This record gives sequence, structure tokens and C-alpha cells, in this order.
Amino acid sequence: MPDTATAASGLGTYLPLVLLLLLSFGFAVFSVTIAPLVGPKRYNRQKLQPYECGIEPSPQPVAGGGRIPVKFYLTGMLFILFDIEMVFLYPYAVAADAVGMFGFIAVTIFIVAITIPYVYEWARGGLEWD
Amino acid sequence: MDLAQGGPATALGVPSIDVAAVLPLLIVFTAGAVGVLLEAVLPRNQRWPAQVALSLTSVVGAGVALAVYVTGDFESTTTFRAEEASSGALAVDTPALFLWGTLLVLGLLALLLIADRSVEPGGAFVSKAALRGGAAGGTDTLTKEQTFTGMQTEVFPLTLFALGGMMTFCAANDLLTMFIALEVLSLPLYLMCGLARRRRLISQEAAVKYFLLGAFASAFFLYGLGLLYGYAGSVKLADIAVAAQGTDRSDTLLFAGLGLLAIGLLFKGSVGPFHTWTPDVYQGAPTPVTAFMAACTKVAAFGGLLRVLTVSFESTSWEWRSVLSVVAVVSMAIGAILGLTQRDVKRMIAYSSIAHAGFLVVGAMALTEDGLSATLFYLLAYGFTTLAAFGVVSLVRDSSGEATDLSAWAGLAKRSPLVAATFTVLLLALAGIPLTSGFVGKFAVFEAALSDGMAPLVVIALVASAIAAFYYLRVVVLMYFSEPAPDGPAVTVPGVFTTTAIAVGTIATLVLGIVPTFALDWASAGGFVF
Repeated sequence: MPDTATAASGLGTYLPLVLLLLLSFGFAVFSVTIAPLVGPKRYNRQKLQPYECGIEPSPQPVAGGGRIPVKFYLTGMLFILFDIEMVFLYPYAVAADAVGMFGFIAVTIFIVAITIPYVYEWARGGLEWD
Repeated sequence: MDLAQGGPATALGVPSIDVAAVLPLLIVFTAGAVGVLLEAVLPRNQRWPAQVALSLTSVVGAGVALAVYVTGDFESTTTFRAEEASSGALAVDTPALFLWGTLLVLGLLALLLIADRSVEPGGAFVSKAALRGGAAGGTDTLTKEQTFTGMQTEVFPLTLFALGGMMTFCAANDLLTMFIALEVLSLPLYLMCGLARRRRLISQEAAVKYFLLGAFASAFFLYGLGLLYGYAGSVKLADIAVAAQGTDRSDTLLFAGLGLLAIGLLFKGSVGPFHTWTPDVYQGAPTPVTAFMAACTKVAAFGGLLRVLTVSFESTSWEWRSVLSVVAVVSMAIGAILGLTQRDVKRMIAYSSIAHAGFLVVGAMALTEDGLSATLFYLLAYGFTTLAAFGVVSLVRDSSGEATDLSAWAGLAKRSPLVAATFTVLLLALAGIPLTSGFVGKFAVFEAALSDGMAPLVVIALVASAIAAFYYLRVVVLMYFSEPAPDGPAVTVPGVFTTTAIAVGTIATLVLGIVPTFALDWASAGGFVF
């Protein structure tokens, strides 16, 4: 890959990146224009929400004086916890044999460290919705 | 590429880690993690004893590990070093070890203040709204157990994490490590500020203000880090120094980077004009947490600032020194003049800390051995004094909680001579009167600044000290020569924890003022390695 003719000419290295940018832009435009044209239109309450799920930010919920329940954020933080764990475990899984025993110990410590807050949240009732 | 195609793996080098050198850090962080687990598994009424035992033993243990390492045959070194790198991510050198020792001692005293439940029912960190108002109302419906276990014990692991972050911050040898440490020390502090929100809403306000402004300052730090990486091609402090010395590159990136980085650091050290959070947060946070913040955060922030300025920017010092001089003058002026107008003891000490931050910047700018050791000593001395001062503040209470308004302190010497005398010693130390540590610290810093050619700055600093001395002495006069108000506050008899913390802080203030040589020797034992 690095020694092809395009790569040799400086900025050519970035050509795939530009292509990806164009592709993603084109895909976004295509999706947004085509969906209303060909999709079925069966509206209901859920459909009108952003992301079709979750909390309704507007108008403010009447119950609780316009506050949004903290439960959503507890779940959201848990998602971030495991999301970050995954982000770090992927490169480790790919390079596991290169980083050897040191890498294994480091990743084990990382997993333990990330499990501790999960245990805390679970034991203290952060996962109980009601 | 080899890896993805399943070819022979080019093994990555194993970084060298000097476990003995970083053992204090490991102990503090591990204890923090264990503390979180204890919170999860222990029943409510066992949490307080377990957490107090764990946090106190771990900080003492870390101190013992540090003492063993220092008394052994140690060399200043860097650790967490990748195989082919010139230096590691953490520099365990003499200043770092001195700062670690300072942080551990101050952290231990702060933990004692935090753990105390004798001056306030349930401690300062009440977890139940029902306990609001303390003995004044509602407590008769509480069972004994609820009163006993009313404390939010999460504060202990949070303190340990913050302490570990501060220790890492002082030793960080590259900017990325420094940024991570900055976040590790800041995030628990934001939470700790808000832990008294069930008792006083102002605590919540303090937490929100500190969080928003702190996140903003972190962004500045990160921007500066990015620009410096663009300039030097490395985040290592030593590499930035090398890049700044021998190139014909434009200096714009270097100085823009330094400026933004410095804003992040000066914010944490509550140096004016980046001080705006300080009075509100010091006033709003629970007093033991304020003590911890005022003493330890300042040590960590100036430890980091000293290292960055000395290691990375020594060769360019004549270009940035004038800018930092202005910052120091502004900080001293704000602290001294606005402190005069304060009616609240906690806010007054907050403005005093801004003035002291200005003096510390003067010391940090003198990039000499004397400047380094003087600043380190100043941090140690100031930490003890301010911690004990906040300890005393937590004792003077009326029915609604701490009586921090100055009028309530009138005639305190007649009610409680011992507390008034202790507070007088601490205020004199903050003012820098001889025979207290404040005098020795100021003397050392000003001498170092003078010998490095900063005479105008020293003159301004002396004027600022004189102005600030007025408001310290005003409190002394108020305590001794005023008639006590008829419905004035009572002085709570503190439990053993608070008594120990205040006593150690006050004795250290006097010892460092009368026989400071040993501590000055420790502080000047060696310079930074990188």
C-alpha cells in the first residue's frame, strides 16, 4: 500500500480519505432525499420523537417540574463506560501477540478498573429503573 | 500491517517501570479503587469505619513507602519509559518526591478533617435531606442509626483519587500525562464541592461553578498542549525544551501554546486574573473539602507549573517572564485589595490564597535552584497554615451551621481563648510575621527573586503583603478587642480527628517558622530530571 504511485506523489496519500468524505456526504444526501420519497408513512407518537426513543426534551415533561429523570443519564454513563472499554479492547485484540504478557496484564488491570464502577452502580441500585 | 495479515509480530517493547519509585502512587490509587468497592458491598452502617480506616492507612502507607524509598539509596529518575524513549512519563526526582511528601501529609490532615463527625451531626457530608438543620429541628424523628450513618462516605475514595491525581500531576514528565492527571485530580474535586448540598444549597452552586470554569480551563490546557505538539512534534517536556533551543521555526506556536497551557495551570493554582472561581468555591464547598482544595490543589498546580517552566521553557524565559510578572502583580493586587472588603471568613482566606498564589508565581519565575527550593518550601508552609485555618473555621458555629460572617467572630477570645490564639497564630503566618512559617517562606521566595533580578516585583510583593496584613490583623483585633455579640456563635469542642489536624497544622506552622532549616534542606536537595 505505501509504495504505490499515488502515495509517492505527496498529497495522493490522502486520496482515499477524500473519496471517503465524498462517499459519506453523497450517502447522507441520498438517504435524506430518498427516504421520504419511497418510505411508508405511518406516523405515531414514537415516530415523532428524535431518534424515535428516549426522553422528550421539548415541550418539557410536566411531571417533576420540567426535570429530566436522572435514570437516563445513569444508563447513558454506563453505555459510555462499556463503549470506551470496547474502543480499547479492539486494538488490543488485534495486537495481542505483539504486546505480549505486559499487554495482557495492562489490559487485565484496565478491565478490572472499569468493572469497579460498574459493580458500584449495580450494587447501589443504579440499574433499577423504578 | 504485519499484524493484520497474520505475519510475524514485531513485538512492542515493554516499558520499564520502577515500582519502588511509584509505590506511593500505586497505593493511593489502589486504595481509592478498593474504597469504591467497599461502598458497593458494605452495609450502610459499616461504611464510615471501613472507609476511614482504609483511607488513613493507605495514605500513611504511601508515606511510609515514600520514606523508605527516599532514605534508601535512590537516584532521581524517570519511569514508565518506553523501550527506545529517552525519558519516561513520570519523573521521580527530588522536587517530585518533596511534593509527594507534602501532598501526603496535607492529604492525611485533610482526611482527618473530612472524617470528623463530632462538630456536626452526621459530618459535613450528610446523605439525607432530613438531617438538614442539624439539632435545630427534625432530628428527633431520626433513629440513632440514621444519625450515626448519615455521612456520604463516597468522599473518601474521591479524596484518594484526587490525591493520586495531584501526585501524578507533580511528577508528570510529558504534557499528556499531565493533562490526564489534571482531570483525575479535578473531577473528584468538582463532586466533593457539591457533597454538602443537602445541607446548604450554596455547596451545589459552588460545584457547578467550579465544574464549568474548570472544564473551560482544561480546554485551554488542551489547546496549549496541541499547539506545543505542533511546534515540537512531541509532548515530552524535555523535547519541547530541545525544540525551543535550536531552531529557526516561528515562535508563534511555542508562545501561544505556553500561554494557553499556563492559563490551565494558573487556573488550578487560583492565580489572578484566573481566580474568579476561588472565593465562591471556597465559600460554598464543605469546609474540610475547602481545606483539602486550598492546601493540596495549590501544591499540585504549582508543582506542575514549576516543572513545565523549568524543564521546557527555561531557554525562552526572557520572553515570557514579563507576561508572567504582570500575572503575579495582578494576582497579588486582587488578593490584597479585594480581600479587604470581605465580610466572610472563608472568602477572606480565599482572597488571601489568591495573594499567596501571586507570591508563589514570583518564586516559580525565578528559574534558579533558590527559586525552586523557596517555592517548594512556601507550598509546604502555606499548605499547613491554610489547612489548619479552615479547620478552625469549621469549629465556630451557631444554630444554622458554621458562622463564617466576620461579625460573629467578635470577642471570640473571651469565649474560647485557645481557638482564638490558634487562629491568631495561623493568621500571623498568612500575613508573614517572623517566627511563623509564612515569614520564612516569603523571605526565601523574595530573596530568590531578588537575586534573579526581579527587584521591582519584590517591592510590589512587599506592598501587597503589607496591605494583606491589614485584613488578617483586623480579624485578630476583632477577636481580642471586641465585645462578643450576645447571641454569638458557640465554639464546638472538636473530636480527636479535627483536633489532631488543627494541632499538627499549627505546630508545623510554628516549627517551620522557628527552625526551618531542615525543610529548606529537603526542598533544595536537587533539581528536576527529564
